[in-house]
Amino acid sequence: MSFLEARNLTGGYGGADILNGCSISVDRGEIAVIVGPNGAGKSTAMKAVFGMLQLRTGSVRLAGTDITGLSPQDRVHRGMAFVPQTSNVFVTMTVQENLEMGAFLRRDDIAGTMERVFALFPVLRDKRQQPAGELSGGQRQQVAIGRALMTEPVLLMLDEPTAGVSPMVMDDLFERMIEIRREGIAILMAEQNARQALGIADTGYVLVTGENRYTDTGAALLADPDVRRAFLGG
Amino acid sequence: MTVSRRTLFAWLAIAAALAVVGAGQSWSLALSIANLCLISAVMALSVNIQWGYAGLFNVGIMGFAALGGLATVLVSKPPVPDAWAAGGTGLLGALLAAAAAVALTAGLARLLPRNRWRAPLLAVCLVACYLAVRALFDPAVDAIEAVEPAKTGYLGGLGLPILFSWAVGGLFAAAAAWVIGRIALGLRSDYFAIATLGIAEIIIAVLKNEDWLARGVKNVTGLGRPVPYEVDLQRDPDFIDRVAWLYGSTLEGLADDARVAALRDLVVQSSGLFVKLCYAGLFVAVLAVIFWLSERALRSPWGRMMHAIRDNETAAGAMGKDVTRLHRQVFILGSAVAGIAGAMLVTLDGQFTPASYVPLRFSFLVWVMVIIGGSGNNQGAVIGGFLIWLVWIEAEPVGLWLIDALTAGLGEGHGLREHLLEAAAHTRPLVMGLTLLVVMRFAPRGLVPEHRGR
Amino acid sequence: MLPDLLHAIVLLGNYVVVPGLAYASQLALGALGITLVFGILRFANLAHGDLMAFGTMVAVLVTWQFQAWGLGLGPLPTGLLALPVAILAASAAALAADRLVFRYYRRVRSAPIVLVMASVGVMFILNGIVRFIIGPNDQSFSDGARFIIKAREFRQLTGLEEGLAIKTTQCLTVAVAVMVVAALFWFLQRTRTGKSMRAYSDNEDLALLSGINPDRVVAITWVIAASLAAIAGTLYGLDKSFKPFTYFQLLLPMFAAAIVGGIGQPLGAIAGGFIVAFSELTVTYAYKKFLHYMLPEAWEPAGLAQLLSTDYKFAVSFVILVLVLLFRPTGLFRGRLL
Repeated sequence: MSFLEARNLTGGYGGADILNGCSISVDRGEIAVIVGPNGAGKSTAMKAVFGMLQLRTGSVRLAGTDITGLSPQDRVHRGMAFVPQTSNVFVTMTVQENLEMGAFLRRDDIAGTMERVFALFPVLRDKRQQPAGELSGGQRQQVAIGRALMTEPVLLMLDEPTAGVSPMVMDDLFERMIEIRREGIAILMAEQNARQALGIADTGYVLVTGENRYTDTGAALLADPDVRRAFLGG
Repeated sequence: MTVSRRTLFAWLAIAAALAVVGAGQSWSLALSIANLCLISAVMALSVNIQWGYAGLFNVGIMGFAALGGLATVLVSKPPVPDAWAAGGTGLLGALLAAAAAVALTAGLARLLPRNRWRAPLLAVCLVACYLAVRALFDPAVDAIEAVEPAKTGYLGGLGLPILFSWAVGGLFAAAAAWVIGRIALGLRSDYFAIATLGIAEIIIAVLKNEDWLARGVKNVTGLGRPVPYEVDLQRDPDFIDRVAWLYGSTLEGLADDARVAALRDLVVQSSGLFVKLCYAGLFVAVLAVIFWLSERALRSPWGRMMHAIRDNETAAGAMGKDVTRLHRQVFILGSAVAGIAGAMLVTLDGQFTPASYVPLRFSFLVWVMVIIGGSGNNQGAVIGGFLIWLVWIEAEPVGLWLIDALTAGLGEGHGLREHLLEAAAHTRPLVMGLTLLVVMRFAPRGLVPEHRGR
Repeated sequence: MLPDLLHAIVLLGNYVVVPGLAYASQLALGALGITLVFGILRFANLAHGDLMAFGTMVAVLVTWQFQAWGLGLGPLPTGLLALPVAILAASAAALAADRLVFRYYRRVRSAPIVLVMASVGVMFILNGIVRFIIGPNDQSFSDGARFIIKAREFRQLTGLEEGLAIKTTQCLTVAVAVMVVAALFWFLQRTRTGKSMRAYSDNEDLALLSGINPDRVVAITWVIAASLAAIAGTLYGLDKSFKPFTYFQLLLPMFAAAIVGGIGQPLGAIAGGFIVAFSELTVTYAYKKFLHYMLPEAWEPAGLAQLLSTDYKFAVSFVILVLVLLFRPTGLFRGRLL
């Protein structure tokens, strides 16, 4: 039994089902990556895990407890954190305020956590009095991830964190993920850049039309000729 | 309940309410209320055309209705030759100069290169033109307003039959809507609402202050009528004969001098009722024509396009519909209807009193009528117009009666009781607000909902 | 020559600057409430003018009661003492309106225009309550010392021909407004709750993901907006007089101020209040006497030298509103473009 265990998720946005019984799990200190073609339901699966989607069937368990019926806010209380794909920072607020808002639920001293975020993303320390809206795309993603880390989550979920950033910034972001994993956090990520993402993944899920098509370690998937041909461009 | 059943039920309720007023208070009052109901229904149609068809949130109905009212003065009042002699040419000159100034500024705006001098130069030009026009305008206005200020002090009108003013009122409102539409349409709906609210206030401010136009707050009274006067009827032998014939059975058993007295009373009563019925006939005709035209429009390809835009502006825009242009058309048409209703109202009152235009009564109340009747549905709007006017007008006496009954225990002269009785008139906005909120919440599509999927 | 220049300055100070500062402060407080509600709840609250009237009505009634009891603040108006009660009453009214009306439409995620319409309903009810309780007429409730300095005293003091009068209420208005605005900004910029309001206004979904409680944010917003409305209304009533319809009419200049400054931008609402107030006053001020001091005799104007009659002051806020919406729809401070 994994730390996060989403089983047999089925549902959509009111119309036809987008998820057709997909299952995803991830353990602490692991990175799980969901890849797949456009429209495969990657983002929808993330939303389903975070409770932003009405599920028809399926269950989500975190650390052995069933959380299927909980609202997203309650999941935040349970130690889940989510970084949306777009509008994931408070553009009118400074970097520091963004981080403070991330820690909104915490009543204890957050200075230590903020220090760790600054250590992870040193550029944010210099820009901490700047409005997040004035930062570059890559820096914004750092703020977004930093905001999510401020709750000291046990599970960090990222929806396509590298969408629209340069390859250099992408490599840098993935390196940070590895660092975050070292702290014992479970990371679940949906990604467009499948090849690079599977490169850092402990587990990879290839989703097609809302179903699990292939599931294996990242390295194994990268080596699988079928997966390479169909999803990684040869 | 099906829609047609509901409609029938609503009309029965309205008829019953009017009958209760007629029997309980007086038939003359019931007819007066019915006439205002008819005018309210026309106003409600005007809002429904804009909101129900196109989703335009125009809370400036008051301004357009007032322009219609202005039309009655300008059309029906006789011209004041002395005033024209005193300042007519000066005023026309000033208006021409104003037009020239606008043209000059517009031309300048087109010609000037876009650099940092452009805005200040244009501003200087505008201010200079404004001062020049004022220099022509002010003496002319002073001269006009000095002509017998107690009686006239304005230019007067054209001296035509007042019925023409209904059409002219529509034209005035349409022209104003054309100008306003160029500025305000294309704004987000909330902003459009605030903009129209402001425009209506400005129109009223102009009518209150430009005495040369329609005497401002000194009011214009004694407007002509499209129907006979009571006194004339009472002297008309034909009319007396008809009344005698109509009430033949009641008059029969009376002695001669008692019969003469009774007949005189009946003639006086009937003349009042007859005049009101004539008005009612005219209003019904106007309402019917506007209703028929708007139903036709709604069912035409144009109306279907309007609906498509209202339901999904982005999609309609993407399909190549010129949304702003269609919005402008509907805004102009709807405002014209409001202008017609405004002219009808002033004609019924026989006087034009700019100070009587308040947004609660003229803009927001009409909105309540449409929302409650059922927006998007002309029949709903008409029913809403009738119902809400009835509630609005009867809220005061009913409120008074209720308060009287509830506080009777306090005894005469009790401070609270006196205060409440005095404040009874203000139950109106309370009742209106409650009705609006309750209908919005529990019957959001109104009492007579729009048929969908036509 | 020099006294003439001084006279001209004092004249403008007396008729434009001093009343302008007071009016601008009142507008700014009202516009702040509108802009906060717009920023957090995302609709134009047409009931704001009547909420102001409601709060002021409570202040008037409490003032009368205090006066009857002989309570007072000496030179300061008793209305100030009544202000806390007015704030409580206005906040309660706003919270009740939210609970009974607005919350439902928020939950079903109605279009903003539906909320605007609901605010029309609330406006009717508040309007009815105010008229029912205190009536539609002018009420004066200002007491204490009327002037800090009278025109005559100023003339004697300086030896100038022009006087400069400063009313207690004008000074009070500016002082209270400065304090309230400072407190509001401290709250929004420095406190956790204030920051959570800004976050919610900036990005609702992300605020939810951060665990910010939307109901709390909305409730606090109403309390602040209603408090500002009660303060602005009471100050306006003390400065001029209290008449319910005037408060409804203040809606237009207040919205103009909020939009000019950039909707959702508190700093913009204040700047907007000043722009609207001073435009109104400078455009409707009769410059005849001012020009008399400034120009050689031969050039003196015959008329009042007034650009617009005072009755057209709505037109001023309206023109500003339209110009901003046409040329810079986000407002001066880059507010939300909706």
